[in-house]
Amino acid sequence: MTLVKTTYNRRSFLKSSALAGGGMVLGFSWLASCKPTPEQVRNMPKEWFDINGFLKIGDNGLVTIMSPNPEIGQNVKTAMPMIIAEELDVDWNDVLVEQAPLNTDIFTRQLAGGSQSIRQGWQSLRMAGATAKNMLIAAAAEVWQVPADEITTSEGVLTHKGSDRSAGYGEMASAAASVKIPEEVALKDPKDFKIIGTDRKNVDGKDIVTGKPLFGLDLQEENMLTAMIVLPPSFGMKYESIENAEAVKAMSGIKDVFPIDVYPEGVQRQWSDGGGIPQLVAVVGESTWQCMQAKKELKVKWQADSKLESSAYHEEALNSLLNSPPAAPARKDGDVKRAFKNAAKEIERTYSAPFLAHNTMEPMNFFADITAEKAELKGPIQTPEFLEKTLASVLNMPVEKIDIMMTRMGGGFGRRLYGHFGVEAAVISQKMQAPIKLVYNREDDMTQGTYRPAYKVRYKAGLDENNKLIAWHVTGVGTNDDLVFENRFPAGAVDNYLAEKQRLESNVTTGAWRAPRSNFIAGAEQAFMDEVAELAGKDPIDFRLELFDRAIKDPVGDPEKNDYDPKRYAGVLKLVREKADFNAESNKSVARGVAAYYCHNSYVAQVLDLEMEDDMPRVKKVWCAVDCGIVVNPLSARNQIEGGIVDGIGHAMYSQMTFKDGKPEQQNFNRYQLIRHAQAPQEIETFFVDNGIDPTGLGEPSLPPISGALANAMYRATGQRNYHQPFATEKRILG
Amino acid sequence: MAKFDLKINGKTQSLDVDPTTPLLWVLRDHLNLVGTKYGCGIAQCGACTVHHGDTAVRSCQLTIAAVEKDITTIEGLSENGDHPVQKAWLDEDVYQCGYCQAGQIMNASAFLKSNPNPSDAEIETAMNGNICRCGTYTRIKKAIKNAAAAENA
Ligand code: FES
Ligand code: FES
Repeated sequence: MTLVKTTYNRRSFLKSSALAGGGMVLGFSWLASCKPTPEQVRNMPKEWFDINGFLKIGDNGLVTIMSPNPEIGQNVKTAMPMIIAEELDVDWNDVLVEQAPLNTDIFTRQLAGGSQSIRQGWQSLRMAGATAKNMLIAAAAEVWQVPADEITTSEGVLTHKGSDRSAGYGEMASAAASVKIPEEVALKDPKDFKIIGTDRKNVDGKDIVTGKPLFGLDLQEENMLTAMIVLPPSFGMKYESIENAEAVKAMSGIKDVFPIDVYPEGVQRQWSDGGGIPQLVAVVGESTWQCMQAKKELKVKWQADSKLESSAYHEEALNSLLNSPPAAPARKDGDVKRAFKNAAKEIERTYSAPFLAHNTMEPMNFFADITAEKAELKGPIQTPEFLEKTLASVLNMPVEKIDIMMTRMGGGFGRRLYGHFGVEAAVISQKMQAPIKLVYNREDDMTQGTYRPAYKVRYKAGLDENNKLIAWHVTGVGTNDDLVFENRFPAGAVDNYLAEKQRLESNVTTGAWRAPRSNFIAGAEQAFMDEVAELAGKDPIDFRLELFDRAIKDPVGDPEKNDYDPKRYAGVLKLVREKADFNAESNKSVARGVAAYYCHNSYVAQVLDLEMEDDMPRVKKVWCAVDCGIVVNPLSARNQIEGGIVDGIGHAMYSQMTFKDGKPEQQNFNRYQLIRHAQAPQEIETFFVDNGIDPTGLGEPSLPPISGALANAMYRATGQRNYHQPFATEKRILG
Repeated sequence: MAKFDLKINGKTQSLDVDPTTPLLWVLRDHLNLVGTKYGCGIAQCGACTVHHGDTAVRSCQLTIAAVEKDITTIEGLSENGDHPVQKAWLDEDVYQCGYCQAGQIMNASAFLKSNPNPSDAEIETAMNGNICRCGTYTRIKKAIKNAAAAENA
């Protein structure tokens, strides 16, 4: 029996099947809010603990697959179940997908970050599907009294040819439930994949276009109050006192106003608490609008407790750090100093980029209901496991009593790795002794901090009389962050190579922002590479390929140390050259830029064409070649690539966060510019390398190089190079 | 507090709220119609777009006291989620996180009503007030063109 998932009532299905006791449960309880008993966990063989996957088969053949990782728009909620379904060998139309809650007993790495969900989940998800299939086969073998290896499966049906018998998975599910979990399972040969590698629509698509409550901000629970916070107006300031608490409490719908200690003395902060501010003010009321009004009326006194940093200060301090060499280099091959002395030509350029906010469309929020007995939390979080640890410390409660459910997220980009807002929600709920939903308004969201750091990098290159690259010196600085990846390209391709990095301590808090560090240095490096190729009088792609050739044939230094595979790198460049017809005569007059980069275990090369319209670039087309191994769902993979390109162009062109005496000068989208429809590329075409390698990162790798391709194309259009992001406000562009 | 009768998605709703409350928060907090999203509160992002009569408006800027016409939200755009624009969105698999898309769809559907056969440039201008942080702009444009073509076929 085939049931289409979108017309099925999930809740009643779950209930009735739980009552009937049918179906096979792989090591967990089906009610999403429950954790499996130790008994259930023990039933899993020890060596399988790391490769758990969740699925349930109904007696009607319907399969529910749990998606373990948080969904931030990277579409793992479709892709991860696809991998399980593939090995289970079911019809994708018979699959229902549910978001799994945090469950560290069963799942490993329930985290959205570093483009690693698919890469790190690949084996365990396949095992989960294959294990279940195996158990169904064993059950059928037992019932039919035939050898298991004579039974075949296809799209949810078990068949024994010899005795002409067949049965749907549903019919065998109950018997399969008592089959011993196999010690070993065979995985499919990738060439037999029927689901992996095919376009599958987003499982939440219908809910998204009909406005169903999917997001944390949409949660409405019984007796729930709304809470908002008041943040210090500037970095470097801390809470002193509330001046008009009584007046604000008297406002319509307002329940309470009070300071909160988010991280009291002695609490163990996790890395994921990031720039969470220890002391804030909370406003609690009946509705969001009432809280917003109260927030406006509230007068809070803050006092400076460290330097109130302005953008001019960051600029100066980063510059002076850039000019003072660090004690030790990050990597050194050959003798750069001597090589520059002997060089026939040399070139030096400095690039910079501002702080950026993540600006997820859905602002930070979290639901918490904390009682003496237990803590129940729901909301958008990329790192639920770490949030649980902090909560255990803050609430002084064992993790067993803390339940966290992840909602679909209105964007992540790294921002929701830092779950301080979940802690804030818990502390407010505990104080109110009531369920609350904490809501950040856009201004809170944009000014809280946790920004992409501000960066500067200086490159210097030397060519010999044959225009061969003989020396490369990169030195980078960032606020609270290293910038330079010393073992990435062109390390290993240049005889004399020096990489240096230093960080500037700043009280403006920073965190991972989509493709950390790569998001800036890739574009800078690729723009510089373009100038070096020009100085050498060489075609920009040929120039890069020569370097990869060197790294393939005769790598400099220990090749194991080089953090890239020059063959795959060269592969994407050649692919994009061919697809964009890079050297065609007809394309010679086009303002065209190229860039390539490696990060998150994947390789990306891009060609970008643009025209200048009213002194601003309009991107006509981007060709993007990607080597990320096996592509699980090409439809959404292309979407990710397109999104990364738009994101990268947008931030390099328009966005920045600046500060005056510690105060963020952009607080909402009126002053913080994000790329919009009319600025987006008119066309993006993506090409995946088909190499059968296990999948690698996809959510981030298309972003980093695109700012380089953009800068290089802008140079072809205007004759001027851009060095300082955002390009739209760099003087030479605006004229 | 004041009493209001609003017609939302074909149903009359009686409410007793502060007259300065923006329609956005009436929908979300009082009527549990949370498909309409909050993104900025200052008319910059379009996440809160609904139809006021046939016009796309930003519900974060329209106070409940200023509502004069019937309101349609994403929940009421079609009975079964099969409005041509919704169908086009499903066909193109437009969304990433999905958060901005209700606003995009409401703006696009009102726009196509007034301009059933738009050029690319007209689409860009009409949609420029709707931010998509995930960068699904090329898909949105394609979906709007497909929806227009399907209607004109
Ligand atoms: S929330 Fe209304 S335009 Fe952004
Ligand atoms: S799909 Fe995420 S903001 Fe548009």
